Amino acid sequence: MKMETTEKKVNKVENDKKDPVIVIKNLKKSFGEKVVLTDFNLSIKQGTNVVILGKSGSGKSVLIKCIIGLLKPDSGSISVFGDDITQMSYDELNESRNRVGFLFQSNAIYDSMTIRENLEFPLRRHWVDITEEEIDRLVAEGLESVGLASTIDMMPSELSGGMLKRIALARTMILRPEIILYDEPTTGLDPITSREIEDLILSLQKKNNASSIIISHDMNCVKHVSDVVVLLLEGKCYTESTYAEMAVSTDENIKQFFL
Amino acid sequence: MSIVTNTKEFLDETGAIAKFTGRFFTTGIMPRYETKELLNQCYIIGYKSLPLIGLTAFIMGLVLTMQLRPSLVDYGVESQLPVMVGLAIVREIGPVISALIFAGKIGSSIGAELGSMKVSEQIDAMEVSGINPYKYLVATRVFAATLMLPILVILGDTISLFGAYIGVNIKSVTSFELFFLQVFKSLSYSDILPAVVKTIFFGFAVGIVGCYKGFNSSKGTQGVGISANSAVVLSSVLIFIIDLLAVQITEVLGLN
Repeated sequence: MKMETTEKKVNKVENDKKDPVIVIKNLKKSFGEKVVLTDFNLSIKQGTNVVILGKSGSGKSVLIKCIIGLLKPDSGSISVFGDDITQMSYDELNESRNRVGFLFQSNAIYDSMTIRENLEFPLRRHWVDITEEEIDRLVAEGLESVGLASTIDMMPSELSGGMLKRIALARTMILRPEIILYDEPTTGLDPITSREIEDLILSLQKKNNASSIIISHDMNCVKHVSDVVVLLLEGKCYTESTYAEMAVSTDENIKQFFL
Repeated sequence: MSIVTNTKEFLDETGAIAKFTGRFFTTGIMPRYETKELLNQCYIIGYKSLPLIGLTAFIMGLVLTMQLRPSLVDYGVESQLPVMVGLAIVREIGPVISALIFAGKIGSSIGAELGSMKVSEQIDAMEVSGINPYKYLVATRVFAATLMLPILVILGDTISLFGAYIGVNIKSVTSFELFFLQVFKSLSYSDILPAVVKTIFFGFAVGIVGCYKGFNSSKGTQGVGISANSAVVLSSVLIFIIDLLAVQITEVLGLN
């Protein structure tokens, strides 16, 4: 436990030297009268796992949907690898999405396709010169990395929730994204499967040296995977710290998440 | 107040459908083409609809013939039965009935499929993978519906004429050759061509409305049901509106 904390402190020092891959400035997003994000600022460095903590409905999912371009912010800027995605055309945005992966809370597996076709789908469209042998190898590798090689020709309806989550993770990783956004990756899973998913997130992130933003209410997951924890409160970045520092905080707004 | 609100909603919806349709011409028809998915949709939308269209067309031809006969007998023109039935089927009843059956089967299936993909975030998953879901899901289905309906209507008309031939022979005896000779003698290109051309627009309307409703489905199972239902209702109404416009155009062009 102490070793883990020391390791994270070392990581934090190393991370401080790296360039940010995502810079969010003065982000504002509202739906009608309801203001969800207001003057939100955040900077994420390469190879860092940032967990966004916040109450249900506080705008965490809205934030990552703005980062991937599914929602257009009202104002502010979101710079991904130095390019402001809020100013990009549709084609430019699609191009930049090659470098960003997104794991949906609902998994969003294409249910009319087999598992193989689900993994092949982004490969065939992004890497147009790829050979059939290469596709087969990458799909097999992807499934092996999540321990589900045997499901390759199965339909999504034949798999359990935990297995689908792993398949979704394999599909997210297949294009080797440099940034991965996770929307509640362990919600609804049993503790053992949750731990397996957390381990997978860490191992795949290490393998690709990716940066991650993870939205989670699961404090075990937060503790296990986070380098930095950001508390989203009333549409703003209330605080940004490590799990260990937050766990001993006397601030009431922070304490309520660690009870 | 409610009239104002309803009018605004109607205009908003019309504008949104027009924008969605415009996107088909600016994005949907541009490369890269999803050929494999297009062929898959042609198989689902065209080939799998053939038994239903064929059956209804056959019954329609048979029933129409049996119901027309007494009136023609009264006027002493029973021999004109193949001509009457042939013209009615090829010019109007065949295309419209087949298109309505097509709207019921394909419009609802596209609306429900895309609606369920929308609520389960599968469309968003395509979007975030950098794949244009409009090209993959909408363009392929609209192209397939536009291409397949005219073919289905031509096949349906043929099957319907067979039904009519059987209908004629229930109460009298007419040879196969004589029946079809009379039918084709009475038909000209100006009967066949406008009827086929309007089915291209019927198919396009069914495809685009089904996709629009599915793509804009609200969350939840109820939203998917509403999408499927409203896709059928709206595309059926559009089929009649297109038919009305088509008859006016053919009238102006002197093809009636």
